[in-house]
Amino acid sequence: MISINVNQQPYEIDVDPRTPLLWVLREQLGLIGTKFGCGIAQCGACTVQLNGAPIRSCATPVSAASGGEITTIEGIGFGGMHPVQQAWIDEQVPQCGYCQAGQIVAAAALLDRVPNPTDADIDTAMRGNLCRCGTYPRIRRGIKRAAAIMAASRDAADSSDG
Amino acid sequence: MGKWSRRAFVSTGLLAGGVLVVGVAIRPGNRAGKVAALIADDGVTVLNVWLKIAPDNTVTAIVPHAEMGQGVHTTLAMMLADEMDADWSLVRMQEAPAHPEYANYALAKGYALGDADFPAWLIDTIDGVFLAATKAIKLQITGGSTSVPTTGMLGMRVAGAAARAMLLQAASDAWQVPVAELRSENSLIVHEASGRSAPFADFAVAAADVSLPPKPRLKDPHQFRIMGTSPPRLDIPAKTDGSARFGIDADVPGMKYATIRAAPVFGSSVVAVDEAVVQDMPGLRKIVNLGDAVAVIADGYWQAKQVLDRLPVEFAPTDHDTTEQGDIFSHFAAVLDAANARDGNKVDFARGDATAALNESAKVIEAEYRVPYLAHAPMEPMNCTAWLHDGKCELWLGTQNPLGFAAEVGDAIGLGVEEVIVHNQYLGGGFGRRAFPDFAIQAGRIAAEVPYPVKLIWSREEDMRHDHYRQASISRFRAALDSGGNPVAWVNQYVDKHDPVEAPHIPYAIGNQLIHYTESRTHVPWGFWRSVDHSLHAFFTESFIDELAHVAGEDPYQFRRKLLQNEPRYRDVLDLAAEKADWSRALPAGWGRGIAIHRSFGTIVANVVEVEVSDGGLRAHRVVCTVDCGFAMHPDGLVAQMESGIVCGLTAALYGEISIRRGAVAQGNFHDYPMLRIDETPTIETHIINGGGRVGGAGEPGTPAIAPALANAIFAATGQRIRELPIRKHDLQRHELESRDTA
Repeated sequence: MISINVNQQPYEIDVDPRTPLLWVLREQLGLIGTKFGCGIAQCGACTVQLNGAPIRSCATPVSAASGGEITTIEGIGFGGMHPVQQAWIDEQVPQCGYCQAGQIVAAAALLDRVPNPTDADIDTAMRGNLCRCGTYPRIRRGIKRAAAIMAASRDAADSSDG
Repeated sequence: MGKWSRRAFVSTGLLAGGVLVVGVAIRPGNRAGKVAALIADDGVTVLNVWLKIAPDNTVTAIVPHAEMGQGVHTTLAMMLADEMDADWSLVRMQEAPAHPEYANYALAKGYALGDADFPAWLIDTIDGVFLAATKAIKLQITGGSTSVPTTGMLGMRVAGAAARAMLLQAASDAWQVPVAELRSENSLIVHEASGRSAPFADFAVAAADVSLPPKPRLKDPHQFRIMGTSPPRLDIPAKTDGSARFGIDADVPGMKYATIRAAPVFGSSVVAVDEAVVQDMPGLRKIVNLGDAVAVIADGYWQAKQVLDRLPVEFAPTDHDTTEQGDIFSHFAAVLDAANARDGNKVDFARGDATAALNESAKVIEAEYRVPYLAHAPMEPMNCTAWLHDGKCELWLGTQNPLGFAAEVGDAIGLGVEEVIVHNQYLGGGFGRRAFPDFAIQAGRIAAEVPYPVKLIWSREEDMRHDHYRQASISRFRAALDSGGNPVAWVNQYVDKHDPVEAPHIPYAIGNQLIHYTESRTHVPWGFWRSVDHSLHAFFTESFIDELAHVAGEDPYQFRRKLLQNEPRYRDVLDLAAEKADWSRALPAGWGRGIAIHRSFGTIVANVVEVEVSDGGLRAHRVVCTVDCGFAMHPDGLVAQMESGIVCGLTAALYGEISIRRGAVAQGNFHDYPMLRIDETPTIETHIINGGGRVGGAGEPGTPAIAPALANAIFAATGQRIRELPIRKHDLQRHELESRDTA
């Protein structure tokens, strides 16, 4: 049995410890928002966060994720809507939508680390996530809008504190 | 819009609970209620669009097209809602089930045989390449950028206008006032004089008994309230929280997982499978030999993949086992030479006497271009879940042609089309690939071997190596300039023609033209790839016209402009692109600007690209895109499709190459078939011209012009002419240094 924590829920699962985390999420836990794209960490469709950092779940054995906190698209908003998700709707980012769970999870990890990312920050953080529909210009705009939403809510929190 | 009226049949019906249903069949074949008797003489359904008005006053549009990111569900619903004067917030969308009543095969056929022009892409598809004629009725296609120009313009709008007319008549009867005193707005019928207003739903039951309007009156563009605006797409929220269901997300109780390895060389077959080697591997359920492929069923995908990777399979030798990509191009060249030697070319287009004009000219320019095979590589690998039970087969997948898939799978496992139930899901990219049912047939055949549902998932490698590929091709040009630098002859000979027929045509006023081709089919399966033949011919023709401009010593924009004197729509699109891109503004050293224009699927697109070629390599900084599709139904959706088409075209131009090695596809995943990434993506500015006229497509026309615009920009920056794609094969930096050395 392997213990993992996904979206703040503990799970005990009986699988080969070499099984990629992606397939455990999708087939054992029914968390199918995380997608299979390439199987070799080349496309980012399977991106989830492990302790806040984006990882490619298709190439991460489930054993390597045991003990950490895994966050998937289903848990990124902590029960509500993450600013990145709101920004994705505002900017009408997705087309086919298949890669977007990975894009959103990667973008959220970037914004946690760099609240006001430059174009170069976005390039570095997001270049591992392919989009065959070519939504990159809108992903860039979406990240900047999410940064603005998050800044506004921080400002609101600061002024209410004060 | 006069053409549809002689063909349009509007039908109505009432469902339980007072739900009004309005259907439009353009041409006989609609089996709905009262109309059935009118049209029983022809078994063909051309197009069915349905709308429902429910007692809560919501309007549901039901359309026979798949959503694959192009926003078609939203745009088609808008077209219907606008003609109805419906309140957009009360409009819902539902994708039609895979059922013969929603087949749009005969839409294509009816228009092909009739007097309206219909995309030739679809005609060829139906007549031969895609399905046998006897099966062709079972098509329900999303492709060819046809959804808005056909279903939307000819179906959704008519259905909406007919419903509106019937609701107005029913209200007139109920209130005993003339129809002329009534108006419709925001899903209400309003009688100003008496101050009365009531929701559409109040008249839905009565409207079902109103005589059908013989010719519903459609709005003029100045009356549009929803068409031409950009409401948020209906499918986007579910695509931001993980809840959107794609084919690969099917969850059927008790299902197992399968993956598959087809014979690597196309046309080969399985000779032997050594199951003993893997029989003790965990999770293994069953190994299924399909004759040309071997599938492994296991408890999970990863377990199935582990077994398959270790499973020894012997495939039969074929005539193509030693074929290399170079052999294919050599063969193309030989076939082109041979066709010339014995006058074996097929003529696409001829005007004047191009050969004579070439022979008389002092200045003849020649060039040969080539492009490789391309894979679709949608982000979601091919997959299909199949379950055979109770004499039926249920399928869960994303398909561009649900009804055609049902027919093909049924044929493969001995069921009728009615016994195959397709649950169409969101498509994780289509681009033409999900019009081919090979993977669904495999899933049906695998599921026929076991009592439980099976989800077949292709690995990325399988997806890359068993696609239906955009053709590789060679295109040769000879052109002549007169003493004033004006082109007087254009001869183009190329290999392998598919669709649309007009893809190699040029809009330029050149008096003598001969465009012809020869066939050289290879063992590599062909498929519709985004913009189909336009994806290669725009690169060929718009690069070569640039060569002529250079030889003539003219500015490439002005040179094209002069030759578009009789094509005002092209000229407007070209002019706007040059203006928005600051065409005449000087660029830094090492930078270049390129222009190209191409019409496809009724839509004209021009691109201006700015590139920088430096020690750091090639960098595309900026793309200006101008587009005239007649009328932009959803402008933001059109912009999104231009961005998408441009990124797709840039990916192909810079990196895209599928090559054949020992008879099989050499590439296998994104490391050797790379995609454009966010850090390489230029800024893209799109400007729309609503030029009027027939409405064109949006999903594909963004792709063709970007490759030649990019290659022309590289020429402007370096003096190096790109005549073979992908560009990554060329060492641009070295060339630039050489040209500096010689300067």
